[in-house]
Amino acid sequence: MGYDPANPMVDRITDIGPPHYSKFHPPVIAANKGKWLYHEITKAGILMHKAESGDECWTVRVGAARLVSIELIREMCDIADAHCDGFLRFTTRNNVEFMVDSEAKVQPLLDDLASRGNKFPVGGTGAGVTNIVHTQGWVHCHTPATDASGVVKAVMDELFEYFTSMTLPAQVRIALACCLNMCGAVHASDIAILGIHRKPPMIDHNRITGVCELPLAISSCPLGAVKPAKAEVNGEEIKTVKVNAERCMFCGNCYTMCPAMPLADPEGDGIAILVGGKVSNSRSAPKFSKLVIPFLPNTPPRWPETVAAVKNILVTYAGDAKKYERIGEWAERIGWEKFFEKCDIPFTIKSVDDYRLAYDTWRTTTQFKYTSHIK
Amino acid sequence: MAKHETPLLDELESGPWPSFVTDIKRQAETKPECWDILGQLELSFKERITHWKHGGIVGVFGYGGGIVGRYSDLPKRFPGVEHFHTVRVNQPASKYYSTENLRAICNLWEKHGSGMTNMHGSTGDMIMLGCRTEALEPFFYELTHELGQDLGGSGSNLRTPANCLGQSRCEWACYDTEEACHHLTMHYQDEIHRPAFPYKFKFKFSGCPNDCVAAIARSDFAVIGTWRDDIRMDQAAVKEYMAGNIPANGGSYLDGDWGAFDIQKEVIDLCPTDCMWMEGDELKIDNAECTRCMHCINVMPRALRPGAQQGATICVGAKAPILDGAQFATMIIPFIEVSAENEFENVIEVIENIWDWWMEVGKNRERVGETMQRVGLPTFIKVMGLEPIPQHVKEPRSNPYVFWQEEEVEGGWDRDVDEFRARHAA
Repeated sequence: MGYDPANPMVDRITDIGPPHYSKFHPPVIAANKGKWLYHEITKAGILMHKAESGDECWTVRVGAARLVSIELIREMCDIADAHCDGFLRFTTRNNVEFMVDSEAKVQPLLDDLASRGNKFPVGGTGAGVTNIVHTQGWVHCHTPATDASGVVKAVMDELFEYFTSMTLPAQVRIALACCLNMCGAVHASDIAILGIHRKPPMIDHNRITGVCELPLAISSCPLGAVKPAKAEVNGEEIKTVKVNAERCMFCGNCYTMCPAMPLADPEGDGIAILVGGKVSNSRSAPKFSKLVIPFLPNTPPRWPETVAAVKNILVTYAGDAKKYERIGEWAERIGWEKFFEKCDIPFTIKSVDDYRLAYDTWRTTTQFKYTSHIK
Repeated sequence: MAKHETPLLDELESGPWPSFVTDIKRQAETKPECWDILGQLELSFKERITHWKHGGIVGVFGYGGGIVGRYSDLPKRFPGVEHFHTVRVNQPASKYYSTENLRAICNLWEKHGSGMTNMHGSTGDMIMLGCRTEALEPFFYELTHELGQDLGGSGSNLRTPANCLGQSRCEWACYDTEEACHHLTMHYQDEIHRPAFPYKFKFKFSGCPNDCVAAIARSDFAVIGTWRDDIRMDQAAVKEYMAGNIPANGGSYLDGDWGAFDIQKEVIDLCPTDCMWMEGDELKIDNAECTRCMHCINVMPRALRPGAQQGATICVGAKAPILDGAQFATMIIPFIEVSAENEFENVIEVIENIWDWWMEVGKNRERVGETMQRVGLPTFIKVMGLEPIPQHVKEPRSNPYVFWQEEEVEGGWDRDVDEFRARHAA
């Protein structure tokens, strides 16, 4: 007896939650949970965890697009069935981890992965670039200012050597969010690629009455730029809104609340680059990413300007930072003025904060470095 | 046979990184609606703008979350994606899977959806990407009946909780993150499925201050493992590191040319509290000064381990920048034991203190971190019934504008101005 559309509530099961995780632990994980002693990365993409029992869990980490087909997942399952007792896991950064219980089983697994073209690149560990966490972009979202999967593919193609090696001063976490809603929460990433709008919303007076709660649209604006207004539609006066474009900061929150206020635009939209964020508490406290490049155009299919900007920051950092320094720690040590100079990124007024709490970022000391910015 | 020309997307089939375009094309051979994903995406690449309509409220009976409606704005041209709703399936804690389970999910999605997924969404769910409205109930029926699985959260509710893999495969986890995540997910099924909050609320569970699940940046309620006693030390292993017999940082730097390991430069000098030193060939730590940042442990995992008296720090109120700017979570409870033995009841008590207050005073679409900003941390500390401690702030306030309460001031606030004037001419 399957689903019966005539009686949808019959035999209904709800609120059962996810299956218990213990059903899915590989045997070596189940046997040693809570009893791990240490780990070692033996090669980029290969981790060995040693348990008190002497057991070893060897993990091979592979990169994947976040956007994956069930055909590809089935292929992952084939690999896990052949090598890993039928278990695998995903990381929070969209990598796939295949685990085996002895070193001897690693090479056959690697050979299998390598035999499948470029589908399963091994890497993403240690002092390198791991997979980019990202959002939906044009493939599935209604508010994006850029694509996600396309930009990520272009960037990772260029940074591939850093995924498969561990040569950087520290790990570099790159994230992409395709609009300011930041479903990808890129605000604490070493390098953040952020879709932004630059044109204020249009008002679709013909549609606004049916689809929009005007008070919600008005209160959605953090700067009070959306005001009540009247307009004439088919000879009748209707209640609508107007936008004070000079106050608009292009956050798009009004469009989230009101479908009659679209703001996406091929010329207006593009990408901002923010750098220096981190989540870990290691050494220094978690940091927000800071805006260093206010706008790069949307240039599908390979976004060369964005790819070049990310690569430039990464390479400059790699050549200048000390061991263990994350990008933000490096920028703070040398000073942001030196960051802009060394990366050869023009400093613009757009990196000077004029939003709330902005004063926290203004320099209130006579300590600074003389860089080319001082004429 | 390709249904649409996709010259721009085709350029993303080359290069060393796995190509989602190649993957979608392969899927389209058995799920032809995938050709329309490519067709519409190609158009977006050409026109540099999205072709998805705004919103659309769809769901399954009895739930207010778990499904996100999505419609193409060119349904005639791309009928395969006319309806393209997202289904969020609650992932198992830690994201381990059996292939048996994954294959069953794939089969279900082949039957009812597009065949495309995200493994995983930003919050943690498996994202089933693209199905028609009429497929939602049959999918949900079979998901619950045949797989024994359920939807995750969306909208103004408890979003699907997520955790780092914790003790399952990490020596640093200071509590059982996957059990905490699973237990609280089960405990709060109603809150996940039926929106009753001012806005979204996220739990994230990280086992140590490295915070691999980004709890402090991304969750309203961050439970981050820590310890109270001394870092456990193996002096023999310290010597092995110093002799270069064990690679630093668990091998993270194997491919770099950083020279011989230097414990002074790489560990002692980078300690943020300057609480480590060498005495002869022994490493010493003044644990009372340690702030448990993890750096020394990260660098020498075989010599140093978190202390044995373990628990977690609870931080509250992180969010992305929309609207008032990004917030990290604020340290609220410095140390709490997190244990399945009491079914996490002390953690639940903290959660429900926050919710009871936030559901009353939080404004529509106000994250708890924003409510905290609006009312101020002192008010929040009082609401939580906590004693204020210096650990709650980075530094004391630098302005003198204290909201004194009347009862704190001798004689209260009622005064007679005539009596005042009798003594003080105007």
